[in-house]
Amino acid sequence: MTTQKNGPGTGVASRQHRQESFEQAPMYVAVMTYLGFGIVTLFGYFRDFLRAVGIEKCHLAQEREEQKDFVPLYQDFENFYTRNLYMRVRDNWNRPVCSLPGPVFDLMERVSDDYNWTFRLTGKTIHNAINMGSYNYLGFAENNTDFLKTVADKLCQYGVGVCSTRQEIGNLGIHEELEQLVASFLRVESSMIFGMGFATNSMNIPALVGKGCLILSDEVNHTSLILGARLSGATIRVFKHNNMHSLEKMLSEAVCSGQPRTHRPWKKILIMVEGIYSMEGSVVRLPEIIALKKKYKAYLYLDEAHSIGAVGQTGRGVTELFNVNPADVDVMMGTFTKSFGAAGGYIAGKKELVDYLRSHSHSAVYASAMSPPVTEQIIRAMKCIMGNNGSTEGIRRIRQLAENTRYFRARLKEMGFIIYGNDDSPVVPILLYMPGKVVAFAREMLERKIGVVVVGFPATPISEARARFCLSAAHTRAMLNQVLHHLNEVGDGLCLKFSRLKYSSCPDLHEETDSELGS
Amino acid sequence: MNFKNFREYLAWLYYQYLLITGIYVLEPWEKSIFNSILFSVIAMVIYTSYVFVPIHVRLALEFFSGIFSSQPESTMALMN
Repeated sequence: MTTQKNGPGTGVASRQHRQESFEQAPMYVAVMTYLGFGIVTLFGYFRDFLRAVGIEKCHLAQEREEQKDFVPLYQDFENFYTRNLYMRVRDNWNRPVCSLPGPVFDLMERVSDDYNWTFRLTGKTIHNAINMGSYNYLGFAENNTDFLKTVADKLCQYGVGVCSTRQEIGNLGIHEELEQLVASFLRVESSMIFGMGFATNSMNIPALVGKGCLILSDEVNHTSLILGARLSGATIRVFKHNNMHSLEKMLSEAVCSGQPRTHRPWKKILIMVEGIYSMEGSVVRLPEIIALKKKYKAYLYLDEAHSIGAVGQTGRGVTELFNVNPADVDVMMGTFTKSFGAAGGYIAGKKELVDYLRSHSHSAVYASAMSPPVTEQIIRAMKCIMGNNGSTEGIRRIRQLAENTRYFRARLKEMGFIIYGNDDSPVVPILLYMPGKVVAFAREMLERKIGVVVVGFPATPISEARARFCLSAAHTRAMLNQVLHHLNEVGDGLCLKFSRLKYSSCPDLHEETDSELGS
Repeated sequence: MNFKNFREYLAWLYYQYLLITGIYVLEPWEKSIFNSILFSVIAMVIYTSYVFVPIHVRLALEFFSGIFSSQPESTMALMN
């Protein structure tokens, strides 16, 4: 196991990645957000009343008259929010895409005649809309036949389906090759791959912890981690997002008092964090968590779904960003969906851990193995990033992504939007707050042929609706400038520039743009 | 933002009102209901203030001026 030498830019990196901002909006914004929700809720009650009385036709599932005396099947209030707010505006989600999700894509146009209860496709396509929503961080979602030659070869050799699980007869040579490649990429002893990223979390955490163990999970962890934690049967305690004091207090309390009633010591304490949190755009404080973990003898589970390939000098994730020894992280997990343009997940770490998971994880034993063309796509993407055959394509993409991230974030702050998260993270959430503005923003951007993802209540706190931009190495400076220009106009038109901080832009940022304009 | 004429500016202000109150997501007939309720409430407030506020202000001023001007007389009465 080779230890990492300090790269030339570590001083700069450690200074830069301490800048995380979560600016609070002015008070009137919060008041107006609640006012908007309150009015729409009142109208929701009014419409429910009309539906109950029978003046209005109900489009949802309902019981028949004969069944009304029995136990109710459809609880009216549970879907109140879905019925009365989401249905009104759901033309902004689930839009049908009819091309590959590269930096530009095609959307199918659809209209609704009855206020979004049903849709129909008009037959026209919106061509070359700029894609700011796909997790295509390094631009590997491409259909260039030269790059995909090996994938096509493997498709001809192995076919598409594996028709078995890894344990039975679905363990192909290409899977073993990928596992060794992942282990050498992450600089750990061994790794194991799974066909589905969500299932990697939800099916492997129950194999690692059980009853009598303690899980300390971050406030804004992904649903797959929460589901895996609940399935395992361990005790779950939640600490405040990225807050080391809260985590340390919980750790010391857990070690001192032990399990709730019997006060026996916990069998295992597992700290679950993510590399980049996709809704906030913030980066985990890895060195501090590793110091805490060593002090209290806990284990660390790091979910690098969004950070593998996207951060770090050579794309090796948050361990490289913070210059931390990968052997310090007990379980490294990640997905291939985001930066590698494929599907699936991996778990990497010590050889004993991975060997144990091979026989005890549900996903390994029962789930179908990863499809061969997908495996080959990951292999070619990873080899490109690692720079095999001396090609610099991988490093070029990583540098392009870092540059795009810096430029985009700096320009947005200059314009006056409130943005969450770390300056290094390619996930940029712009806060919109009010429900009416969230919907208007998505529709206006689509009219200007830019596809964005807006997120509202159940996925975010009720007063913090946002639009989430995912930058890609395949976005050119011209595309980013076009997006920023339209964002500026829409921001003025909808009054979205809530930031009260003065931001002084770096002079070199504008020099680059000027030289581009001049050339 | 450049507005070519006053009507465009008014249209933009109406759009902001729709967005802030959340009416933007409702169907047109619901928008009309809310607008008419709000308009009638505001009209009633304006009418009430036009009819009653001058009278109330005048009465309040008389009450306070009555206290301050009648004070020396009452102390004189007590001393007697």
